[in-house]
Amino acid sequence: MRMITRLAVAAVAAGGMAAAALAANDSAPADLNDPVSVRQHMMKNVGGSMKLLAGMVKGEAPYDARVAEAAFRAMNNAALGLGAFFPPGSDAGETEASPKIWQDMAGFKAAIGAFARDTAAAAAARPADLDAFKPVFGKVAGNCKSCHEAWRVKKE
Amino acid sequence: MPGRRRSGRLLGAAAALAAAGAAAFWLATAPRRPDPALTAGLQGDAARGALVFRVGGCAACHAAPGAEPAERPVLSGGRRFVTPFGTFTAPNVSPHPEAGIGAWSLQDFAAAMLRGVGRDGRHLYPAFPYVSYARMTPQDVADLWAWMRALPPSDSRPPGHDLPFPFNIRRGLGLWKLLALDPSWVVDVPADDALAMRGRYLVEGPGHCAECHTPRNALGVLDRARWLQGAPNPDGPGVVPDITPGPKGIGGWSEEDIAWYLESGFTPDYDSVGGSMAEVVRNLSGLPKEDLRAIAAYLKAVPPSP
Repeated sequence: MRMITRLAVAAVAAGGMAAAALAANDSAPADLNDPVSVRQHMMKNVGGSMKLLAGMVKGEAPYDARVAEAAFRAMNNAALGLGAFFPPGSDAGETEASPKIWQDMAGFKAAIGAFARDTAAAAAARPADLDAFKPVFGKVAGNCKSCHEAWRVKKE
Repeated sequence: MPGRRRSGRLLGAAAALAAAGAAAFWLATAPRRPDPALTAGLQGDAARGALVFRVGGCAACHAAPGAEPAERPVLSGGRRFVTPFGTFTAPNVSPHPEAGIGAWSLQDFAAAMLRGVGRDGRHLYPAFPYVSYARMTPQDVADLWAWMRALPPSDSRPPGHDLPFPFNIRRGLGLWKLLALDPSWVVDVPADDALAMRGRYLVEGPGHCAECHTPRNALGVLDRARWLQGAPNPDGPGVVPDITPGPKGIGGWSEEDIAWYLESGFTPDYDSVGGSMAEVVRNLSGLPKEDLRAIAAYLKAVPPSP
């Protein structure tokens, strides 16, 4: 029981650290009535998690398995929710979402699905040390590149 | 009939002028191969060539459309490039002796890379970025050649380019080259700054970064006065960003930030690389870190956009 409590405290602490890092990354709150605003907010949070993980890869912070797990879980949450915020008609205005998304929604959802799977696996992997963590990080980071390669249009 | 004689003389003079003009055009536009001595006797190192191949991003255009990234890609060609001048199709540059370039010599390859001249002696279209590759060292060309000859052959025969008049006249490219093919360095870098010098070589030469990041004039010539200041995306909608230290560029990034971006694909605020740059980063991430730092040092030395 003590063990479980300690684990729960550790998890909450790690989650808190991740949340703090994420919060620091958010400049403006999302407009919940605007799917573009919501999905951009979610992507910024994903960026915040990546920053946390990359800092450990780069040696700016010591590797901490709890931080890694919390950040992967935060990304997984975004991956699971993201797909709901690309309704028809949300391809206009201040968005870098590629029109291809609405031409091939199944392909786009498959890409988000891969991101959800990889982040879930990364969180479950609980790599013991930095060397074990690096390939797990690399696999998740590959999702950022491949998805933005196919589904985003740079506007500025 | 003095009048008729005079007009006859005039006609003769005009014909002579036209003939001289045509001869001048023919001479000025002639494809010129580099001096064979440039690459004579060079031994290519395939392992080093694999790194040059990454910097050049050769597979991005010459692998089959939609092919998965591979350690030893099949350069079967076939990818189509829709441009304002017509539609280009990447040729097969695998070492297949008939369908690819397996029958070429190192000298033939150097003529294509450094002067944009094909093995048949005709001009190549600058969709193939020889305007940048012209700055490459003969040794890098030889190393790249050694690596490309070690890649799997493909017997695929992609269709030719589909270009309207006058762009279908290859000879005309000779005129374009007079305007556009200038292998001198663009950015001044202190000669004692070895890191920035290496970066300049990689960026202005084999990396051919300017081909997308620098705007072009109506004739498709890179604008040296707006070097790396961003341009319309040649692959579709959107833009290719300004990568100078200017206000719209990446002046806020440290050299470490730039090197990390080229290695990982993450910007300082952890946005991710996207579009056609994603493949560039996949290639560059396999380079020695020192080369990525060199590119960063050079980008800091580029004149900022206004």
